[in-house]
Amino acid sequence: MISLNWVKDYVDIENEDLNELAVKITKAGVNVERVINSHIDNLVIGEVVECVNHPNSDHLHICKVDIGEKITQIVCGAHNVRKGIKVLVALPGCILPGNNEIKAGSIRGEESNGMICALFELGLEEKTEENYNKGIAEIDTDLLPGTDANIYLGTDDTIYELDVHKHRNNDCYYHIGFAYEIASILSKKVNLPDISHKEDNDNVNNHFKLKVDTDKCPYYTAKMVKNVTIKESPEFIKKRLISAGMRPINNVVDISNYVMLEFGQPLHFFDKDKLGSNILVRLAKENEPIKTLDGVDRVLTTNDIVITDGTKPVCIAGVMGGENTDVDNTTKNILIESAIFDAVSIRYTASRLNLKSEASIRYGKGLNYEYTNMAIERACHLLEKYADATILSGTIIHDTLDKTPKVVSFKTNEVNTLLGITLTDNDVETELNRLMFEYTKENDKFLVTIPNRRLDIDPNVNDIAEEIGRLYGYHNLVSTLPKVETRRGQYIGDVKIRKEISKRLRSLGLNETKTYTLTSPEMANTFKYEDKTQVVLPNPMSIDKSVVRTTIIPSLINVYEYNKARNIKDILLYEISKTYDVNYDEDMKVSMLLKGNYITNEWQHTSIKCDFYTLKGIIENLLNYLGFKNRYTFQKATASEMHPGMTAKILLDREEIGIIGRVHPNYKKDEIYVAELSVTKLYNKQIKPLKFKEATKYPEIIKDVAFVIPNEVESEVIKKQIIKSGGRLLTDVSEFDLYPNIEDNKKSIAYKLTFSDPTRTLTDEEVMNVFNKVISEVTDKCNVKIRD
Amino acid sequence: MNKKTILNMKEEISKLFLDNLDMKKLNDLKVEYLGKSGKITELSKGMKDIPNEEKKEFGMLLNELRVLFNNNYESYKEKIETEELNKKLASEEIDVTLPATNIKTGSPNILEHIIEEVEEVFMSMGYDVVDGPEIEEDKYNFELLNIPKGHPARDAQDTFYIEDENILLRSQTSPVQARTMLAAGGNKPIRMICPGKTYRRDADDATHSHQFMQIEGLLIDKNISLSDLKGTFDTIAKKLFGENCVTRFRPSYYQFTEPSVETDISCFVCKGKGCSLCKNTGWITVSGAGMVHPNVLRNCGYDPKEWSGFAFGFGAERLAMLKYGINDIRTFYQTDLRESITFDRKDVE
Repeated sequence: MISLNWVKDYVDIENEDLNELAVKITKAGVNVERVINSHIDNLVIGEVVECVNHPNSDHLHICKVDIGEKITQIVCGAHNVRKGIKVLVALPGCILPGNNEIKAGSIRGEESNGMICALFELGLEEKTEENYNKGIAEIDTDLLPGTDANIYLGTDDTIYELDVHKHRNNDCYYHIGFAYEIASILSKKVNLPDISHKEDNDNVNNHFKLKVDTDKCPYYTAKMVKNVTIKESPEFIKKRLISAGMRPINNVVDISNYVMLEFGQPLHFFDKDKLGSNILVRLAKENEPIKTLDGVDRVLTTNDIVITDGTKPVCIAGVMGGENTDVDNTTKNILIESAIFDAVSIRYTASRLNLKSEASIRYGKGLNYEYTNMAIERACHLLEKYADATILSGTIIHDTLDKTPKVVSFKTNEVNTLLGITLTDNDVETELNRLMFEYTKENDKFLVTIPNRRLDIDPNVNDIAEEIGRLYGYHNLVSTLPKVETRRGQYIGDVKIRKEISKRLRSLGLNETKTYTLTSPEMANTFKYEDKTQVVLPNPMSIDKSVVRTTIIPSLINVYEYNKARNIKDILLYEISKTYDVNYDEDMKVSMLLKGNYITNEWQHTSIKCDFYTLKGIIENLLNYLGFKNRYTFQKATASEMHPGMTAKILLDREEIGIIGRVHPNYKKDEIYVAELSVTKLYNKQIKPLKFKEATKYPEIIKDVAFVIPNEVESEVIKKQIIKSGGRLLTDVSEFDLYPNIEDNKKSIAYKLTFSDPTRTLTDEEVMNVFNKVISEVTDKCNVKIRD
Repeated sequence: MNKKTILNMKEEISKLFLDNLDMKKLNDLKVEYLGKSGKITELSKGMKDIPNEEKKEFGMLLNELRVLFNNNYESYKEKIETEELNKKLASEEIDVTLPATNIKTGSPNILEHIIEEVEEVFMSMGYDVVDGPEIEEDKYNFELLNIPKGHPARDAQDTFYIEDENILLRSQTSPVQARTMLAAGGNKPIRMICPGKTYRRDADDATHSHQFMQIEGLLIDKNISLSDLKGTFDTIAKKLFGENCVTRFRPSYYQFTEPSVETDISCFVCKGKGCSLCKNTGWITVSGAGMVHPNVLRNCGYDPKEWSGFAFGFGAERLAMLKYGINDIRTFYQTDLRESITFDRKDVE
């Protein structure tokens, strides 16, 4: 929150339209999210000239109030209203917070032309019982009745609410820094505030010894002031703190906050008499205790920086002071600390203790040592002026800070190349002057020193190009396209096979899903058909997203449940996703789920229900499409959560690449079929180039045979033997009939054998010879018999 | 047999086919006239008694009889067959308004749908599509990208760490850019996009998701400028949001780009007039981008004195939510088939 009244101290914006200025600032890269005008219309200062009790009420008063142009009658219920006091009067037409419009009317029969206000009614104090009991605001002012009360209240201000990117939330979160931004945009200059003050003969070094025992405090300065008077702050300080969203407390505390909002440098005030005569800055000991000024006992770790009195901590550096050295109403002598601490440590400490404050946030972003110095002098200036303080001479300093200025050298041409524009040297000089960056020029080379207040700028030509570019205006860029020779882009690596699989499965009727990689341990441990250990997050957000899955099947089951609950009957799903095991080995997988009908025509009663063989068909179609025809097999298997009699491993070149089967009815009652393949394994296989195979010109001869086979013998075994015995002339074998339980524990399967020769017509006799050989060898070797 | 008999027969045959005949009667007639002892056959047998000089004439007359019968027979037969076929076809008439057999094809996930669209645009401009690991090293996810340990930019990307602070679930797809640059060895131009899953510690609600998809891109070459990025972004925006789409750049700040910009498109709902989608600004932010930071170039093996480039990033969810008017980010991860089935079609070009 930036108060424009405050900014006016440092840069001339008297004649600017503040709404337009907000747009300019936003265009230059600092986003002004909201422009708040705090002025309350029709609110004037009034003087109560007569006050009598309301005849029809035990607590209301009828007041005659001088509002400048006239004397008007107002009914008021406050206990403290009385003749002679100056008050805040909301006249008819005034709109109070909560969109409460004041209207003229009558209260219990008495005319009332407005409202005498309490501060909480104007939104200037919190709505508490305490504030309610205070009654109406009594105003101590020389301003005449009828004067715009906003002048008294400081509510004639404009506030910018900023939404700033991380890089700029350092210099744009205090008024002087923001004044520089405005000055750059408007090509104006910045005036810094008065830091002058008198100094006593007594020197701070007579009272304190400083030792810094950690490299996490590179810069520490302190000054001492004597004989402060603790009282209320002057109006302008209170108003500005309120505008910036801080609550005034007393002059001393308010001055430390005021200076922080000016220079961005947080200060800490110790009560000197409670502190003693030593300051030792060090890292905290493990489990070291401190009671902070909010009265909470806290336990520190060795990552925290503490200020100590030589032995015990008196302040968690940059985060919160200790109760033991806190400034209170009896404080007389103060040690002012203005320091720079390691930003990372401060952020960690503040976030661990959940103590993010205006101060800790600023320490956590890094600070400009020039302002560390100026802020402490400014505080002395204000304490002298508004707290009657005597400033001791001298400053205690610990300084190991690297103050090497950041210098960047570049040519105009380099900026032009980066931005794609055509500035001249003069244009660049103009922009650097606007930015108030110091520079020198040798021939065509600029040497720019980056001011310390811009911690975000690194000495690169890119950073300078950005600063120049944003002031020059990106709307001035002309669109061009990279002048490079082009070819069409490609899918690289396993992206391509992923796309191919995805498209094929979609055309086979499966719908793509996308589910979460992180699952619950419970989910992650179902369908564990592989011997893989999972990655478990050490600090998960919640237990249901704590394990990196090794299989997608449980997630597909969830999607199934979601759709089933929405009354969807046919659910055909797939997902392709990367999975990882505990060694971080990546395995991209494609998972499928089928439930319901594959093809449906209800009124014709012709539907194909999804079963094991439907899913198997989809997988074979996919593998054939990818070029793996005749290289894969399905082998009976078992796996957790899978039907023991309806599950198979899928092998490609004898390597296991996946699983297929029905979900165990104990796990899900519904008839659900699932499968999963390793895309990574498929991707790593070579395939043969596609070739044309001419169809045979000679007639094929087809012979059928059926065998009676023990139930436990798989058809694949018989088929392999048929192929082996059939030799060169047997070009195809396929099952075309199945009779389960034709005999006790036996099934019958019928096979269709196709014979042909690409070079000639076969004779019946030679086919019969081969056919008979097949029958005798199969019955012999597979221990089955031919069916009559 | 005399001529009169033949002429009478001719007359008789002509009348035969005037009656209503069915197939059976028709065939009976054929037998009656042309069968073994049919009337015409019988007449033919009389030829032997005809004097030789008249045989030729009688033969022709008899043949005429046969032709007459056959022609009538064939045309009548065709008539019956046509009638029968028509009757059969009429009986086979179907109700063409009854529902079809449901030939299913699957739908893409909505995010994949928009990603494929974006990929298509970029591939046509010469960008390769690359992916990388989702469990990533801190080095690739942060350090090489100018985000050292302790940098405040890490706080915003609340990261899922897996092993100390070295192994993590990638919080952005930028590590793929770092890997691609390193693999290219610092001496080749690069054009790539890397759509993929990313993870951050965000509680899931209508607008936040701990898992989401980014589409980041990178172009490295010589003499690349911010104006080239503007031109590239113009092209993309027009292809994705229509020819009338206008773009603008606003200054912004990111760690791995310098200068950085936020890229807006003119609101496609109100055409820039102001509406609820664009919060009355007329503009919608769709991407962050900028010139690749010299530190990043250097870290990834490219000499910033010789090479430059730009990088950009879209949120796939945001693009899809904008383009299709989706309000809840969880839509993408639930797969309600009633919703996703709509996306099994091509979009307007």
